[in-house]
Amino acid sequence: MNILVLLRMVPDVVEELEIAPDGRTLDTEYLRMIVNESDDHALEQALILKERKGGKVTVLALDAPDVDDVLFSAVAKGADRVMKIEGGDGGVTTRAAAGMFAEIIRNEKDLQPFDIVLTGVQAIDDLDALVAPILSHRLGLPYLAIVTKVTPDATGKSVTAIREFAGGVRGEFDVPLPAVLGIQAAEKPPRYVPVAKVRAAMKTSKIESIGVPTMADGGQPLLDVSHMRKPVVSGHAQMLDGEPEDVSKKLAGIFTERGLL
Amino acid sequence: MSGNIWIVAEQWRGKLSEITFESLALGREVADGLGVKLQAVLLGHDVQNLSTSLGMADSVIYVDHTELADPGASAQASALAQLVRQQKPRTVIVPLTNVSLGTGTLLGEQVGAPVVNFCKDLRAADGHIVADCVLYGGKIEATVTPRGDLTVIGLWPGSRPPDKGRSDRNPPVETQTVTFADQPSVKLRSYIEPDASDVDITQQDVLVAVGRGIQSQENVALAEELAASLGGAVCGSRPVIDQGWLPLSRQVGKSGLNVKPKLYLALGISGAPEHLEGMKDAPLIVAVNSDPDAPIFNVAHYGVVADAMDMIPTLKETVLALRG
Ligand SMILES: Cc1cc2nc3c(=O)[nH]c(=O)nc-3n(C[C@H](O)[C@H](O)[C@H](O)COP(=O)(O)OP(=O)(O)OC[C@H]3O[C@@H](n4cnc5c(N)ncnc54)[C@H](O)[C@@H]3O)c2cc1C
Repeated sequence: MNILVLLRMVPDVVEELEIAPDGRTLDTEYLRMIVNESDDHALEQALILKERKGGKVTVLALDAPDVDDVLFSAVAKGADRVMKIEGGDGGVTTRAAAGMFAEIIRNEKDLQPFDIVLTGVQAIDDLDALVAPILSHRLGLPYLAIVTKVTPDATGKSVTAIREFAGGVRGEFDVPLPAVLGIQAAEKPPRYVPVAKVRAAMKTSKIESIGVPTMADGGQPLLDVSHMRKPVVSGHAQMLDGEPEDVSKKLAGIFTERGLL
Repeated sequence: MSGNIWIVAEQWRGKLSEITFESLALGREVADGLGVKLQAVLLGHDVQNLSTSLGMADSVIYVDHTELADPGASAQASALAQLVRQQKPRTVIVPLTNVSLGTGTLLGEQVGAPVVNFCKDLRAADGHIVADCVLYGGKIEATVTPRGDLTVIGLWPGSRPPDKGRSDRNPPVETQTVTFADQPSVKLRSYIEPDASDVDITQQDVLVAVGRGIQSQENVALAEELAASLGGAVCGSRPVIDQGWLPLSRQVGKSGLNVKPKLYLALGISGAPEHLEGMKDAPLIVAVNSDPDAPIFNVAHYGVVADAMDMIPTLKETVLALRG
């Protein structure tokens, strides 16, 4: 199978996020960027497919701080080819990012023919679009979201995919290839790769650089963000301070009051 | 142009979803604010009877087609795009649920309209639409104004109480037809029902919920002991289930279950919108998180900034001592 995986970097929200002085964007100075979690699952699902069916995994990423580490670690995990879209001014919207991916997949002849495009179902900064549906529309391919398992069918012309609905209900789908899937979770948690292997990948492999493609609409944003803020809520939790013993006593008191103990 | 507000009435397996009523309540406010009509769009196969519950809208647009029988973003979006081109609404509100995910982006793409994703609230201001959106896993909110005459809104669950969107009125129904291009598409083969043999977390009075902050399967076992001391069960957020530390039947949230125990004790859960959806209505929510900015504290009643692993054994001992 010829598998394309699309990766984007997003801010690590475990860190504190600061708003930039313009009041409309995040202050990038202190941001730590990590790979979008569901994109990482998309990579893992691609590697699992390759192990089962053979083939090639090509990873395409947008340039961002620390993306090289992510791409080399993809190689260390088993990706065959890693590419980076360079030269943008950063901070593109999801819709523009998806547009770039679509143009490159369409125009880079050596990416074709491909069987399947896997990317994360959603990212925490998807304000103006999701990547997979834009891609499916621009490439004219079938689309399925919230996928948690992909199994190749014997014919090689389709895959069986499991997608999530609500309440723990899932659906089994027949997906004709080529197709675009928004991966929620791979069948197994993303594999761990030792730092030594990543270092080795840095020495033996190369990240191919691709320029930002021209897009029909210039990738212009269709939304204006007038204001960003940290949520202010009326019902913020009452905070309990103290050593674990004191806090436990307070909590036990609350539970008793509520008739829970 | 009609300039009306549309809400997409989500139905799944023959039933209207709660978010349909939340959207109706919100859409009603916005339509009234702009002085335009609110219309509900119902797509499906043999589900016209559901339109009688959509009386909060001024009218219902109903499309019946076998291609719309099963949920699928591509068919839904294609049908909506055809209707939008004919009738020119100003705003189309599409639910951000696991049933409809992707429909909004595809619709915006097909009709060339901006999409405002992750919307939690919407209002009319000076004849325009202004949206408040939740980004970065709940850590940031943004106020957004779309450009152009038509906007697609992706609406999170929970924007309004669903009961505000219910009405006894029987709305007029306009039936429309759409066509589908003959091209390869995904097909639902069958549903996989959840495993019913495990503990039913929707029936528990006390739930101890563990998130990624629990760090290991061994620590999940400690949380299980705490849950047992409180006479409850343990459940978890998505990463804990994806790691295989708890079965899918224990997942709370968008893809998992909606729970409303008397006590929801969240340990190492950040409080992403997809998780909050499943537990925000519990009458007592206590959160333990090492990050004072964790969004879970915005819905919790009591919060503790601490390492969950310090709290679990002490709280268990305190509870056991009280129980004698
Ligand atoms: C379509 C879709 C459906 C989804 N459905 C669901 C769903 O059903 N349920 C669900 O839960 N999620 C769902 N998600 C995922 C959701 O977006 C979040 O990624 C997920 O809820 C995060 O889980 P978490 O809070 O455990 O992890 P994180 O967001 O990683 O948070 C971990 C938290 O633990 C804290 N922490 C770390 N160490 C400690 C410690 N020692 N002590 C205390 N605290 C600590 C951190 O400060 C952090 O706040 C869905 C996502 C999508 C796109």
